[in-house]
Amino acid sequence: MSWYNIGTLNDLVLNSGICAQVNNQQVAVFYIPDDEQSVFAISNFDPIGKANVLARGIVGSLQKNLVVASPLYKQHFCLKTGQCLEAETIRVPVYQTKVEQDQVFISCQPVLAAS
Amino acid sequence: MPQKILVIGNGMVGHHFVEQMRSCDEHAQITVLCGEANLAYDRVYLSSVFNGKTAADLALTTHENYQNLNITVHTSQWVEHIDVTQKQLVTADGTHFDYDKLVLATGSYPFVPPIKGNDQSHCLVYRTLEDLEKIKACANDSKVGVVIGGGLLGLEAANALKQLGLDTHVVEFAPQLMAVQLDQQGGKLLRNKIAELGVSVHTGKATSEIVAGEQCRYRLNFADGSHLETDLVLFSAGIRPYDNLGNKAGLTLGERGGIVINNACQTSDKDIFAIGECALWDKKLFGLVAPGYNMARVAASQLSGGDLQFNGADMSTKLKLLGVEVGSIGDAHGITANAKELIYQDPIRDCYKKIVLNEAGDKLLGAVLVGDTSDYDTLLQYMLNDMTLPEHPECLILPDSAGAPTLSSSALPDSATICSCHNVCKSDIITAIDNGANELSAVKTCTKASTGCGGCTALLKSVVDAELAERGVEVNNHLCEHFAYSRQELLHLVKVEKIKTFAELLKRHGEGHGCEICKPAVGSILASTWNDYILEEQHVGLQDTNDTYLANMQKDGSYSVVPRIAGGEVTADKLIVLGEVAKEFNLYCKVTGGQRIDLFGARLEQLPVIWEKLIAAGFETGHAYGKSLRTVKSCVGSTWCRYGVQDSVGQAIAIEDRYKGLRSPHKIKMAVSGCTRECAEAQSKDIGIIATENGWNLYVCGNGGMRPRHADLFATDLDTPTLIAYIDRILMFYVNTADKLQRTSVWLENLDGGLDYLRQVVIEDSLGICAELEQQMAYITDTYACEWLRTIEDPNAVKRFRQFVNSPDADENIVFVQERNQIRPATEAEKSTLKYTQQRPIAVTEITQEQEDVLV
Repeated sequence: MSWYNIGTLNDLVLNSGICAQVNNQQVAVFYIPDDEQSVFAISNFDPIGKANVLARGIVGSLQKNLVVASPLYKQHFCLKTGQCLEAETIRVPVYQTKVEQDQVFISCQPVLAAS
Repeated sequence: MPQKILVIGNGMVGHHFVEQMRSCDEHAQITVLCGEANLAYDRVYLSSVFNGKTAADLALTTHENYQNLNITVHTSQWVEHIDVTQKQLVTADGTHFDYDKLVLATGSYPFVPPIKGNDQSHCLVYRTLEDLEKIKACANDSKVGVVIGGGLLGLEAANALKQLGLDTHVVEFAPQLMAVQLDQQGGKLLRNKIAELGVSVHTGKATSEIVAGEQCRYRLNFADGSHLETDLVLFSAGIRPYDNLGNKAGLTLGERGGIVINNACQTSDKDIFAIGECALWDKKLFGLVAPGYNMARVAASQLSGGDLQFNGADMSTKLKLLGVEVGSIGDAHGITANAKELIYQDPIRDCYKKIVLNEAGDKLLGAVLVGDTSDYDTLLQYMLNDMTLPEHPECLILPDSAGAPTLSSSALPDSATICSCHNVCKSDIITAIDNGANELSAVKTCTKASTGCGGCTALLKSVVDAELAERGVEVNNHLCEHFAYSRQELLHLVKVEKIKTFAELLKRHGEGHGCEICKPAVGSILASTWNDYILEEQHVGLQDTNDTYLANMQKDGSYSVVPRIAGGEVTADKLIVLGEVAKEFNLYCKVTGGQRIDLFGARLEQLPVIWEKLIAAGFETGHAYGKSLRTVKSCVGSTWCRYGVQDSVGQAIAIEDRYKGLRSPHKIKMAVSGCTRECAEAQSKDIGIIATENGWNLYVCGNGGMRPRHADLFATDLDTPTLIAYIDRILMFYVNTADKLQRTSVWLENLDGGLDYLRQVVIEDSLGICAELEQQMAYITDTYACEWLRTIEDPNAVKRFRQFVNSPDADENIVFVQERNQIRPATEAEKSTLKYTQQRPIAVTEITQEQEDVLV
């Protein structure tokens, strides 16, 4: 897997999202230090609202899923799988993440997440 | 062995029986023989087919549905003969069917009066979907149509002809329309109203023959020597029960037809039941769907070991005929001994209402309503439940009379029938809600209430709303799954425990990570209480995107910018700056309803630059993005206006300056009018102020928008310091006690004690909290700071306004095209076309004619 360094943890916003450009793709990156994984990355494109806005949604949890609510029409997307909780057939691409010495890396291509 | 149940007829009642039977007995072997080609459909709304509805829209069921219920159905099967000894029947095509129990739901057929010439090609009846097809075909080569029969069905049929564009007439033998349901006065008004709609009504006319016409296809000759020409005749002169099968089988019939049944809906043969319009109970036929459904339930109960009984039915009815509202309840004609009548007749609003009372005047026996049936539900409940009338029963039919007690859900007994079609009473609805139906549609699905004629829709909603509201307060005012507290409780916790961050509140009183419901609500509570800068690191994740970026997100992810223009007053210099900024950044300009200017199409990274220029010109944030004070609209007031009595603009500016930045459970709008002409529309605002000769009148809790509410007059002739003190207290009381996202209008409606209570709290200080409320407000106003000023001064905050954390690029998906000399977001189709023709799609592009052609 090839990785892309988008910056440091300092560039992320606590319990919220930012957007990074990775390989010409818009990736929404969320920083939730309470969770084991702590950094999550999904596509920034909201397939329902058809705009690049998911990084600007509110993050939280529904039941056990960590989710972001689209700021346009409030559908929830699971941060781990990209699955839209309101529409079974809709799933946004998910990227792998890793943090090494405060540097944040995103996989250059979306990965197939286990559902 | 499961019992073999055979049903003849698949009209509305036959279908209802099948469903009921299946739900009572899942093993019974049910077979349905349906004479028509279509399975059961909604005959009540038949004429809507001419209004664009299709047969499928009217269908009550489908073959798949019957298959799922394990019910065998044969369509276009006419039964020829029933052999009651062999318990067997044979159809027209010779097929034999056995039964253990037989249910006759054969319905009725339209009565065609024995008039000479009634069997010609364009003489039709109005009953089935097939009849409609024939009517449609005949209407094609017709200009004039006559309905013979001025009863309920006749007027429905007239509606159908009118929908087909025919010059429509109604001929009625009786001296008035709807003689069964209406009294003479009511009938007269109905006639006038229908005539106004372009339908000619001829009452007291007995048609003696239909002969060839001179201008039209036919001529109707009447007994009194007059005549009427028409191309098409539609008979709707009543119905007759389809009882010939019962007759041939030797079942007992009534003198004038109808298969006699007992209270168990059983005919003279114990294994044969009859329901609906073919059945005669206590010498009465029932031509409405509700009693038919009732019989269907009784028969299903009896056939599955139950003991439900049919005890007659209420024939009250409410409907809209040709657009005219008509209602008839119980003893409409006042034939009960010593009945008394109260009549309200309004020739201006063109309505007629009559209630029939018992001798003592404390019980309702019947009613007639023409032109306005808004009182129908209430009146019907009084009659059906034998409830004692209010002291002055006339208030039940007087328009908007102050004393009219609204029959609230809580006043109804649990046994009150809400939906008569499906026999759903209030207790059924309560049970459904207790079992988890937590909204109107769910209650409808599981009780079927309001899915028949629909007449009880409003009543059902009020009962459901009231019940839910009751529970809402008791059991589910929790903010969301993360906090088992209401907004008000959380606010108290924040204050008492001096909690300053969401994380702290979640740790102490919540669970999980929060969500888009609780985070902004808590953000708002923290802001109302501590008035911290909302983009501090610990608060930023709580805000909706609009608050995070201090602008309003539009559908394509771009933002709009709205600087504050207090009171709608703006200098020429400031207007020029707005114009210059809009021009520089190529923003779309629109004047808002709140008297300011909205600039659309700003990209995220442009927002701080735009605001730097606006702030340099003396603008400040307008909070158009926040749940906070939006605008204080004003008329021009006494300064310029010939009629104004106070300086409404000056007052509006002062008030907007005072409350700007106040974070609240929902947005707040205000207005100040300079005189009683009310040009600022203050009575549709949360806080409305109207100038008087002596000071200011204060209105509260109005609303426009989706659910308009007229504001209530709170206090009159106030001087400015008192006015401000009252508004301080009202707003802070609202902030402290409202639910999440609750506008002041709903807040007041849900406040126990309502307006009077609010007056006690605010004017008389009944809770002793006025000083505290004012102090809280003083803290908020003293600590006000323009959020945009703070943001552009803080490099760390400005950093957030970038599309990409790691690149200066802009979002290529935001694309504009020109329309009416300004930009607008490109549609998806336009975007895909532009992709191939453009290097940098962010720049604004004029669509060329060539591209237009491609797009179309």
